[in-house]
Amino acid sequence: MNYTFNFTPVWQNWPLLLEGLALGLGLAVLSIAIGSIAGLVLAFCATGKHPALRALAFGYVSIVRNLPILVIVLFIFFGLPQLGLAFDKSTSFVLALSLYAAAYMTEVFRAGLLGVPPGISEAGQAIGLTPLSIKYYVVLPVMLRNAMPAFANNFVSLFKDTSLAAAIAVPELTFYAQKINSESFRVLEVWSVTAALYIATCYLISLLLRGLESRLRL
Amino acid sequence: MDLELSYFLSEIVANRGMLLQGAWTTVSVSALAIASGTLLGMLIGLALAYASAPLRWPARLYVDLIRGTPVLVLVLATYYMSTPLGLPLTPFQAGAVALCLFCASHVAEIWRGALQALPIGQLEAGRAIGLTFPRICLYVLFPQAMRLAMPTWVTAAAEMVKASTLLSVIGVAELLLTSQQIISNNFLNLQFYFLAGAIYFAINFCIDMLGKYLSRHLEGAGKPRSPV
Amino acid sequence: MTVLIDIQDLHKSYDTLEVLKGVNLSVKVGEVVSIIGSSGSGKTTLLRCINLLEAFQGGRILVDGQPIGYRERDGKRVRDSERRIAKQRAMTGMVFQQFNLFPHLSALDNITLGLTKVRGLSRAEAVEQAEGWLERVGMLAHRHHRPSQLSGGQQQRVAIARAVAMKPKVMLFDEATSALDPERVAEVLDTIRGLAQDGMTMVLVTHEMRFAREVSDQVVFMNAGRIEEQGPPQRLFGSPASPRLRDFLARSGI
Repeated sequence: MNYTFNFTPVWQNWPLLLEGLALGLGLAVLSIAIGSIAGLVLAFCATGKHPALRALAFGYVSIVRNLPILVIVLFIFFGLPQLGLAFDKSTSFVLALSLYAAAYMTEVFRAGLLGVPPGISEAGQAIGLTPLSIKYYVVLPVMLRNAMPAFANNFVSLFKDTSLAAAIAVPELTFYAQKINSESFRVLEVWSVTAALYIATCYLISLLLRGLESRLRL
Repeated sequence: MDLELSYFLSEIVANRGMLLQGAWTTVSVSALAIASGTLLGMLIGLALAYASAPLRWPARLYVDLIRGTPVLVLVLATYYMSTPLGLPLTPFQAGAVALCLFCASHVAEIWRGALQALPIGQLEAGRAIGLTFPRICLYVLFPQAMRLAMPTWVTAAAEMVKASTLLSVIGVAELLLTSQQIISNNFLNLQFYFLAGAIYFAINFCIDMLGKYLSRHLEGAGKPRSPV
Repeated sequence: MTVLIDIQDLHKSYDTLEVLKGVNLSVKVGEVVSIIGSSGSGKTTLLRCINLLEAFQGGRILVDGQPIGYRERDGKRVRDSERRIAKQRAMTGMVFQQFNLFPHLSALDNITLGLTKVRGLSRAEAVEQAEGWLERVGMLAHRHHRPSQLSGGQQQRVAIARAVAMKPKVMLFDEATSALDPERVAEVLDTIRGLAQDGMTMVLVTHEMRFAREVSDQVVFMNAGRIEEQGPPQRLFGSPASPRLRDFLARSGI
């Protein structure tokens, strides 16, 4: 192998890479927030008594989870304008990732809800709490703690999926990496630094969420 | 709002050869990645579960590094880096390698989890009747672990099909890139992305069904009485 | 003495399986009633019906004179609203076999949750009352512990404090000591005995025959979804009339 390493083009563009990383994190946090709220509602539908709502939740999850996220992104950004629904690049991507996150978070929260012992809901009933109060004060806090490990895994996955925003030219980390790659041809340097940035960020996210999880452990 | 359905249908018919070719590329590159990634992943998973530190740590490092990298970065890096590394790969080859590496990291974790879920007594019982470790794996551990790993492995396989769309970015003419090429001629964005989604859904749905069938099939074969 | 709980011809089934086949029972104010019987006799189901944790298809349950759970509307029997049922449940306190403490809350907050959200007390009042009850069951020193940091007996004592703090008219105990290690049973029975001596009306489903004999004013023997025999403990344990009860007592080692 005859390759002389030269990291200069990468360091020159270091602020761009960090900017891209920050944008990716922002897109992820926003989409996961939206997806988690939708997922929470769908998880209550999926574990509830109403057959139509259960079917809706299961249908949504099984359709979205079997679709490639890139197809959803392209469908929303290029396809929806034909129906008069045009969004800018970042909005399109957040919309796509939120829809995707909602499906995964539904499964996370559904499993969390199934892990809540029925006895504690009964205990809530026995002291005269209303059904809504039981959900809010008893079921939800216990479910969220159950769901933390799976939530953390999905958080990391969804953050990694922000790299796909490069496909519609949202200037996040992968987009800049490709740009520097094609301008400088410092292939090994660009991609090893980019991968290292993703790996470090994923590691920090899981460290942070694991810390939160152990503080909340019952 | 006009969906131009008749034009859409005629365009499907006109491009059916391309679409089938694209779908075939998607299925074949996914199958290749799943098969090779599963084999590699089982070896790495075995190392994670049973190997001593000098083997286990590289395995752990591999899994953590690959799983911390987005698949798209893996695909782009494999493709672009192959030339300076002295092993130029075609887009198809680079894509297959990247997906294989990705698949292996997932399967390794699944396989480690399944092996570690088996009661330690199984390994000891195998040793007690004088089986060598490879034979214990083959006759005692693997058949039981396979049953445990099956549902998650099927999910991972479906993930590979979804991840194969990323090969469109390096110019592998799989189903998504094919759809984009068709769209660039007829501008039916909505319709052909929808069609692509439907085909991916159908492929993954089949994998799901196959997985359910296999799980049922495996369940019959010498299931232990107590859940592990 | 006035009647506090009046159960009239109670019928309950799961699909086609009838588990309560017409139960009549009244509990007077201040009375301690123990329900005994083999598993599957319907005794736990009966208790859970009083707290409306189980729906029932026929008959009525009156607590303090008012029917609970269902009402007549246009000649049809309809279930009360969940809000109304929640109010009715607050009249009865329930202690479960598996304690069912809220795992994410401290011992203190397990008690204050109901006090603030159901009884509408201020946080300060709720804490004061909760601490009083924790002291009463000997758990004040553990008020900031989570359930997972407590032994089974300690958890059950907190659960009793949680139920009784709601100032219910009657306390229901569903095999409160069955899930405990043998050496932890006494501390919970002592707590229950203390409440009985204070004049609390109580219905206990129990396997502790000696305890039932000691604290009860009335003992009810259930068999196959019906009350087979009932009476004061001396008579029921001393000279059982029904052969099934004699059989049951013999198997229970009495």
